[in-house]
Amino acid sequence: MASAQMNNIINMALQITQLLLSAQSPDGRVRVSAEESLKQFQNANLSQFLLSLSVELSDDQKPPDSRRLAGILLKNSLDSKDAVRKLELIQNWVNMDASLKSQIKESLIQTLRSPVSDARQPASQVIAKVASIEIPRKEWVDLIGHLLTNMTLPDVPSMLKQATLETLGYICEEISPQDLEQDQVNAVLTAVVQGMTGAQGNCEVRLAAVKSLYNALDFAQSNFENEMERNYIMKVVCEAAVSNELEIRQAAFECLVSIASMYYEILGPYMETLFSLTANAVREDEEPVALQAIEFWSSICDEEIQIQDEYEGENVGSSVAFHHFIQRALPVLVPMLLETLLKQEEDQEQDDSVWNLSMAGGTCLGLIARTVGDEIVPLVMPFVEGNITKHDWRSREAATYAFGSILEGPSIEKLSPMVSAGLEFLLNAMKDQNSHVKDTTAWTLGRIFETLHSSNCTHPVVTPSNLPCIMSVLLESIRDVAHVAEKVCGAIYFLAQGYEEAVTGSILSPYLGEIISVLLSTADRTDVTNFKLRSSAYETLNETVRCSQIPEASAMLAQLLNEIMNRLGRNVELQNLSSDEKEKQSDLQALLCGVLHVIIQKLNSSDNTKSIIIQAADQLMVLFLRVFACHSSTVHEEAMLAIGALVNAIGMNFIKYMPEFYKYLDMGLQNFEEYQVCSISVGVVGDICHALNDDVLPYCNGIMSNLLKDLSNSMLHKSVKPPIFSCFGDIAVAIGENFEKYIPYVIPMLQGAAELCANLDSSDEDMMEYRNQLRRGIFEAYSGILQGFRTSKASLMMPHANHLLRFIETVFRDNYRDDGVTKAAVEVIGDLADVMGDSVKLLFKDTTFHLAFLKECFHSDDEQLKETAVWAQGMIERVLAS
Amino acid sequence: MRLHELRRPFKRPAISDQQRRREFALLRQAQQRSDSQNLARRLASSVLDLPNPASTVDAQSDLTESGDLDAVLAMEATEEREAISPTARDLDVVQASKLKGSEGRRWFSRQLMLPEWMIDVPPNLGRDWYVFARPAGKRCFVVSSSGSTVSRLRNGSVLHCFPSSLPNGARTKEMSAPSHVYCILDCIFHEPDQTYYVIDMVCWRGYSLYDCTAEFRFFWLNSKLLESGACNSPSAYHRYRFSVVPIYDCNQIGLRSAYTGVVPYIKDGLLFYNRHAHYETGNTPLALVWKDEFCSQYVLDTDSKGQVPAEQQVILELHDGGKLITSDDPPIVVGCLDRDFLQQSGSQIGYLLRFTVKDESVRIADGKLQLGDIKFISRANRARAFADSYSKIFFQYAARHSPLQFQDLIAAMQSNFDEKSGATDVEMAG
Repeated sequence: MASAQMNNIINMALQITQLLLSAQSPDGRVRVSAEESLKQFQNANLSQFLLSLSVELSDDQKPPDSRRLAGILLKNSLDSKDAVRKLELIQNWVNMDASLKSQIKESLIQTLRSPVSDARQPASQVIAKVASIEIPRKEWVDLIGHLLTNMTLPDVPSMLKQATLETLGYICEEISPQDLEQDQVNAVLTAVVQGMTGAQGNCEVRLAAVKSLYNALDFAQSNFENEMERNYIMKVVCEAAVSNELEIRQAAFECLVSIASMYYEILGPYMETLFSLTANAVREDEEPVALQAIEFWSSICDEEIQIQDEYEGENVGSSVAFHHFIQRALPVLVPMLLETLLKQEEDQEQDDSVWNLSMAGGTCLGLIARTVGDEIVPLVMPFVEGNITKHDWRSREAATYAFGSILEGPSIEKLSPMVSAGLEFLLNAMKDQNSHVKDTTAWTLGRIFETLHSSNCTHPVVTPSNLPCIMSVLLESIRDVAHVAEKVCGAIYFLAQGYEEAVTGSILSPYLGEIISVLLSTADRTDVTNFKLRSSAYETLNETVRCSQIPEASAMLAQLLNEIMNRLGRNVELQNLSSDEKEKQSDLQALLCGVLHVIIQKLNSSDNTKSIIIQAADQLMVLFLRVFACHSSTVHEEAMLAIGALVNAIGMNFIKYMPEFYKYLDMGLQNFEEYQVCSISVGVVGDICHALNDDVLPYCNGIMSNLLKDLSNSMLHKSVKPPIFSCFGDIAVAIGENFEKYIPYVIPMLQGAAELCANLDSSDEDMMEYRNQLRRGIFEAYSGILQGFRTSKASLMMPHANHLLRFIETVFRDNYRDDGVTKAAVEVIGDLADVMGDSVKLLFKDTTFHLAFLKECFHSDDEQLKETAVWAQGMIERVLAS
Repeated sequence: MRLHELRRPFKRPAISDQQRRREFALLRQAQQRSDSQNLARRLASSVLDLPNPASTVDAQSDLTESGDLDAVLAMEATEEREAISPTARDLDVVQASKLKGSEGRRWFSRQLMLPEWMIDVPPNLGRDWYVFARPAGKRCFVVSSSGSTVSRLRNGSVLHCFPSSLPNGARTKEMSAPSHVYCILDCIFHEPDQTYYVIDMVCWRGYSLYDCTAEFRFFWLNSKLLESGACNSPSAYHRYRFSVVPIYDCNQIGLRSAYTGVVPYIKDGLLFYNRHAHYETGNTPLALVWKDEFCSQYVLDTDSKGQVPAEQQVILELHDGGKLITSDDPPIVVGCLDRDFLQQSGSQIGYLLRFTVKDESVRIADGKLQLGDIKFISRANRARAFADSYSKIFFQYAARHSPLQFQDLIAAMQSNFDEKSGATDVEMAG
């Protein structure tokens, strides 16, 4: 058997060329069978398989087609988009015999010398994949040095130089800066820069060098700190930006965009040059280059907006580099961008993939407005006024787009008078003959409502006197072509949102019926195939419902509830659908469940309308269960969200649906692939616990076992884990002493997670955020358990009290602790004292950190935190006094 | 190689309604979690240290001597509980609410915090105290529990039994709350507008505020009472309106506001609360009452007929050996009755007796008041639960002779300020 298998492998190795060619055969049968054999080979002996592929790849006698596929298969054996699969592949490689690996690597390096580009290119990528595994593990240490000799030895063919530079670029893309030593980085950068400047170098080499530089920029931190090196890098990039070759210019501008965001603080001395480079590019160069040139300024805006956000309110002092580049360039930058607005393409609204000069220019203008605020207004308004009435549609559209673009950033005081003066004009422009103009006008109206309209603002843009006109225009224009209608939906969305905070009836109420009915018919439009309009219509309906006023809207909402239930009822009836139709059905279900969710929540928010939900509960639940049943394996996220709201609305009455619903809850909790579904299902468990209290007990074994499995599942998105801990707390509060049997499983999880928190990378902001969430979840779990055990089982927590107290202390001493964690920590201290009473007296006597901790809380501005701290202090004092 | 993503969001309103729905759901769940955990926390506090331990002991000796067997038994029962659970030292208010007749009265008569009368201005009045105008009316203890609301006067007797919007204060469909949800408010019932003015909050939704500072209690009172709907106009399930009183920091402005400010009720003096003080049952020097003719119609005590007598009258409790004591804790002996008189009048220990004070015999030495010669009038009204406190007797005496005037309080504010700046000077010189 063994030898037969061996023969088989040898056979396959000998036939590898044929197999690789057959696997690309146009004849399906041949192809499938070859693919089958390759798979077999791979499974039978991975290292032989990889070696054979690398030999194939390096052999200049073999046909380019088989070599290219060999390269692709090699790459796919080292990397995968699926994170779990990727880990597995890496492990396979790491475990392979070292001498075999070095043979493979040798072949790969050799391949870079091949005259066949179909072989070189995949080889560069495969080298980078191997490097991404080995370099962080401090293996293949001579790779970089080896590649660099290709650049420094005399008489190296330019094809090899190009392949080498590409390889270096791929490697930089794969690994992270800390994986390379500084001298390696220096050598790489030197090679790349030489590749860019070499006088004898041909275009391909130069292009490869610029692209490599793009990937290597991240590694150049310390080189950018050194003025001489920085000057040199900037010089070569700027030279490349005016190369004769379009591709080189484009790649060079990409580098500049990247430098703008990575090294903003050192740009000062270069800005003059960069301004004239980008201005020339925007005005004269071809579109791909011009787009990058605009993107350069957008990136500068991003940086300056971020700086201002971070130091909001504080005097942006000398400690941060804030150069006001945009403000300084404003007088020339704005006219340059306004010119681009006139370069619209016909039908650009119909194609989502279009990105052209006018779109990029307007977007950049919007960013500039956010960066400098009021100062942009006088620079843009003459353009708006001069063009908005012109005969040529491009002028009218550009003027409107310019106006719409600057609505975010400048002060309300500055904008309100202009907007109030121009509103009527814009409303009339919704009758323009050109649909681009109408599209942009509707979008601008939406922006106006979004930024300048709310029920309690001092400069109201929407008034009782102009609302009738606004409404009649919007309700009419929503019947326009799809892309215009979609923007009108957006305008209604933000118009409604402005009344969210209205205390006494909103002036929109009289239009509510009409708005709802027009949105429903928009959602039903059959003249559009695009799903976007339908989804905009339903989402706008949601906002309209959310911002409506009870009681005046009660009857209307009840009616809408029925209508949406009918629509969902018809949807779930559909059968025998093609996969395309099935997808549409599911998309519509999502939207309808979303609307139901919002209606349930709205009606539940007032005592007068709660009964409507209670009466409709049976019908709603039947629909949701049918939605779940439409999908054989997965649970619908939106239906789950809506059920959460329903549970909340009908409380303990939900118990009767549990037997039917439980299996879907179970599926939801197990759905780690779609982590949003899992996360929402966890939330619904919380809702159910609050509603049912100990009636949830019969379902707890199943729920707990799912939750515990989820926690141990490395493939589940980490964001779901903190809520699972909180959910333990919910369950414990609901079932009280019955939680005892889960303690042996839950406590180790809590302690493990507490330890994990200590080991998270504190230089990573996201990780710190995650740590806070995790800690909060852990505290909420402990709080729930303590409270659940209060009456009879408090002593069960005695063995864990000290660990908990030490954990709280660790959290207290953490500088990254956020308010949510602080509050949860204080609550759990109080719970510990309160529930454990006398038995933790000694623990509290032995420790003093809680005094400092509570004192800190007493000085907080957060009243709730103060209250909690007062309460916790009282609980501790009582224990100590007992 | 990866290329820079050029495309930015274009003319698309940033609607992600699904994300909003998720966020709302998360928010709601977090809110519910904190609500339900807080509820559990408040339940915890329902086993309260209601009266402080000292007063329990006192009450016990009191009762033993008065020979009230039922009460003694009740006390013993309490002690038993105490042995089982150290936190359950006393009856809680839910149990107490079930007590009938005299037991109930006795229990509730000991739950109020009783301000001392202001004889002189406490140090730091301007820094550590609150001041507010006391509404004229009946001081009472309002308890809402098990779907009804009961108000009891200072002596423990029931004033009203009524439905209210306080938590668990009425039996309505929407408001069915578990029995452990209850509230205790310290109120003054103001007859003219039939309103309970809440001057302190003792428990809210089962959450004990006894161990909280006045600062916190007032803060809680102001935020929670309004939310409950108890301040709404009367309705079927809410017979009396509750209201808060404006509470000021006791500085010159606050003091003047409390003194002269317009309030919807008739004023009966000013109350001063030390902001750091916890709610203590019985007399406390950390809450003070002060009155003058301008802000109260009842500066001078009335006699049993409701008239202001020509000479000051006091109510004292008869103690063993004929000693006459005040209601202070510990009591102060201010006089003595001779054996003959005792036998003649048939007075027994624990009786509350009314006397006339002979002005000319009163001495004030070292800031202490000595009553000297007092003349027996009668046994006090049976509704009374307590003798006068020492501070009350002193205040009444002062009110008749050299009252502490509003200007004195204002002047104290001023000197408080001077002291502070003086201290700073010294520090700076050093």
